[in-house]
Amino acid sequence: MTYKLLIVDDSKLARMSVAKAMKALYPDWTRVEAANADEALALSGDAAFDVALLDFNMPGRDGLELAGDLRKKHPKMPIAIISANHQDEIVARATAIGATFLPKPLTETALSGFLVTALTQIGSAKR
Amino acid sequence: MTTTAPPLLNELQLDALTELVNLGVSRAATNLREMVGAQVHLSVPTVELVTRSRAIAILAERESNNLVAVHQVFEGDIGGRALLIFPETKSLELVRAITGGDLPLEDIIELEQEALAETGNVLLNSCLATIANMLHRSLKMSLPEVLRGNAATFFSLEPPPEAGDIVMFLYITFAVRERDISGYIAMIMDMPSLTALTHLLDEFIERTAG
Repeated sequence: MTYKLLIVDDSKLARMSVAKAMKALYPDWTRVEAANADEALALSGDAAFDVALLDFNMPGRDGLELAGDLRKKHPKMPIAIISANHQDEIVARATAIGATFLPKPLTETALSGFLVTALTQIGSAKR
Repeated sequence: MTTTAPPLLNELQLDALTELVNLGVSRAATNLREMVGAQVHLSVPTVELVTRSRAIAILAERESNNLVAVHQVFEGDIGGRALLIFPETKSLELVRAITGGDLPLEDIIELEQEALAETGNVLLNSCLATIANMLHRSLKMSLPEVLRGNAATFFSLEPPPEAGDIVMFLYITFAVRERDISGYIAMIMDMPSLTALTHLLDEFIERTAG
């Protein structure tokens, strides 16, 4: 079973870094990249994603606002907010949206942990 | 004076540097949040290679009033200066936020210098340490020094850059929720450091995405 992963980060390098980790973890997944919230929303309108990885600090709308929008359309999609800015308020907002907070720089271990949980969620949602 | 054009960062190097600054400042904001007990909002950092006069103009057009800066020199494979800059009118408010807000004004004024130096030290160190760690290098930081003046004062500190008048200017604004506090973080490097930095960025890009 292959899944479709949405990667949103204004930094191309950060997106490349996630792509590198994904090639090691789940090479058969489809990866779709967006550089900002608007691009991500346009893409998510066309086709549903199974999992979304969102950078927090981006020009325009930030990752938490984007997570809120995605959540309205896709109530069960596993979403991760990725940031080095782990202030209590930001972590709390991520939790309130039902997103997982992952520290940046994102390690392969942290990403793997999130995706394993995400796969369980997707599995039970489809059942 | 050199007339050669500066080795500008390519798109991916600039992206990598912005991402490093973003990481460093995000960590710094987390630390500042602990100090002031309120959420700290950050802008997305802007990284520009500009002349010193342009750096002065950028800051001067945003902030016309008197400014306070906490200044630290960093040395290592790359060297330069890091500055945390506030409008002077906001600095007492920052001290008030950090000390808890119950102190009388005269005590706050007395504590101002020390509190500013400490805040600058925490912010600039967490920012630079993150960047240094990500680049696999160590940087030696000087003790913080509190300066008063304007954009021209802060970007013309002695000694002047050894080679060329091009500096790297990174700026980001931060604002503390429920408090009228905002400021800038700027880093200045001269040409030799910039050249060294491009090599470190290439190594970082290779490790991260290669």
